[in-house]
Amino acid sequence: MFNREFEAMPVNRLKELQLERLKWSLKHAYENNAFYKKKFDDAGFNPAQFKSLDDMRRVPFLYKQDMRDNYPFGLFAVPMSKVVRVHSSSGTTGNATVVGYTKNDVEVFAEVVARCLAAYGATENDVIQVAYGYGLFTGGLGLHYGAEKLGALTVPISGGNTERQLMLIKDFGTTMIACTPSYALNIADYLEKKRKDYDIRKTKLRAGIFGAEPWSEAMRSEIESRLGISAFDIYGLSEVIGPGVSCECSEKSGLHVFEDHFYVEIIDPDTGEILPEGEKGEIVYTTLTKEAFPGIRYRSKDITRLYRDQCKCGRTLVKMEKVTGRSDDMLIIRGVNVFPSQIENVLMEVEGTEPHYQIIVDRKGALDDVEVMVEVSEKLFSDELKVLDGLKKRIEDRMRGVLGISAKISLVEPLTIARSEGKAVRVVDKRKI
Amino acid sequence: MNVTQLSVFIENRPGHLQNVLKVLAEAGINIITLTIAETSDFGILRMIVNKPEEGHRALKAKGVTASLTDVLAIEIDDTPGSLLKAIDTFSARKLNIEYMYAFTEKRGDRAVMIFRFDNVEAAKQALQEEGYGIVKKIDIIGE
Repeated sequence: MFNREFEAMPVNRLKELQLERLKWSLKHAYENNAFYKKKFDDAGFNPAQFKSLDDMRRVPFLYKQDMRDNYPFGLFAVPMSKVVRVHSSSGTTGNATVVGYTKNDVEVFAEVVARCLAAYGATENDVIQVAYGYGLFTGGLGLHYGAEKLGALTVPISGGNTERQLMLIKDFGTTMIACTPSYALNIADYLEKKRKDYDIRKTKLRAGIFGAEPWSEAMRSEIESRLGISAFDIYGLSEVIGPGVSCECSEKSGLHVFEDHFYVEIIDPDTGEILPEGEKGEIVYTTLTKEAFPGIRYRSKDITRLYRDQCKCGRTLVKMEKVTGRSDDMLIIRGVNVFPSQIENVLMEVEGTEPHYQIIVDRKGALDDVEVMVEVSEKLFSDELKVLDGLKKRIEDRMRGVLGISAKISLVEPLTIARSEGKAVRVVDKRKI
Repeated sequence: MNVTQLSVFIENRPGHLQNVLKVLAEAGINIITLTIAETSDFGILRMIVNKPEEGHRALKAKGVTASLTDVLAIEIDDTPGSLLKAIDTFSARKLNIEYMYAFTEKRGDRAVMIFRFDNVEAAKQALQEEGYGIVKKIDIIGE
């Protein structure tokens, strides 16, 4: 355990700590940010009256739209001179949101990621290859600072370039790779198709740290058997801190939430009422220590449930079930849950670039029919038909492999897909009309 | 010495070829020869034009996906069996043709064919050694 004091704290003591930190966080947001002050005042809530965890129900929610409305820095609660880093996520719908970190926030971010890595069995003797994208996305830098904090050898290779990933796994003796689960499958495909001579089981790679997109137990088994590694889930969202909000442990039976930094509740997404422990609903986050950007009752839209068991790993922290869905943008196609973000990931990995795309779902007879239109940019274009046909087939294969659905891929001319406010409309579900 | 081909992505639907040709016409680009490779939903328009770079820029400005590719224009005798002989030569030299198409006009008593090889430079060297006439860009576009 990276930080036994907090990770194995007796639950009563943990609740006291949360209450104490919540009081600080609510007061901090109220006194140092005009948006929060107005929001609290409008809801008739004064942080001075916050006496027990039961009072949480009186605190107003923070929505993604609030972040968009306050773009870029309107939700920061410290002077800009104290903000040392920003991250930004465009999400799958709507406009960009920006989150900020003070020096202390960056330190907490590194700490929680280091705890995750330790939970997967990593130590300073490990070589961790960070194959998440580095940049405004929290994945790359988040894992990077966490791995360094743990004292592991950190390889900042960033995403893509599978051949190079494989070379470094071998040459550097990489023991753990951090990337999206669909990229892990992409590596497995690559090995099968292009590098039959490369035996990944003979390398030192033994574990994978996967997150940034919902993935199923079926995907876990596939990754584990095809790459010969142990696959762990890391969960997080930039609105809270980034990856490291919660992680699996050796038991792989739910993700422990780092409750000393994040307060979690499960609510009914329709009524906003807090649900009893163990019930499934939308998970809502409140940051307890964040300075630059306090997230107070942030509506994640992620659907899960919370429960506390006697985990064999020794952590007393509450567990959340692996998040498999979001309440807003999930599509159910022929009974399979599909998220536009998964389709986006497939496209990004096949192409190494983010193309404009649109998913069209229709019902032909009794069956759902899926078409994905992909705009052919100059980067994707070739003067040879076989190259463009190959591109179509590769995308179709990955869709089947990762999502378990067959989709027709249509290559279309640039600007074919309608854009609203500069952002393409990602999903057209004709079944509802 | 290589000829620059302008390749354009077009959907196989009414009006799309028209749009591309309109952009080129407005930019004052003259098409010397062209071919279309098509599938059921999209096609690739391949053209030899008098000003390929300008054509490329004009299309790009209109949001049309296009690229420039090096191809070879080769002179072949206009007699029975000449094309077969040429293909035999490429085959013996292990030169793989990705695609080919013909010029509309003859050059003296010879036909001109456009060939796209997977390795242009290797093809060029081999063909010169075999005594084939490779037409220079300048001759084709007539400037």
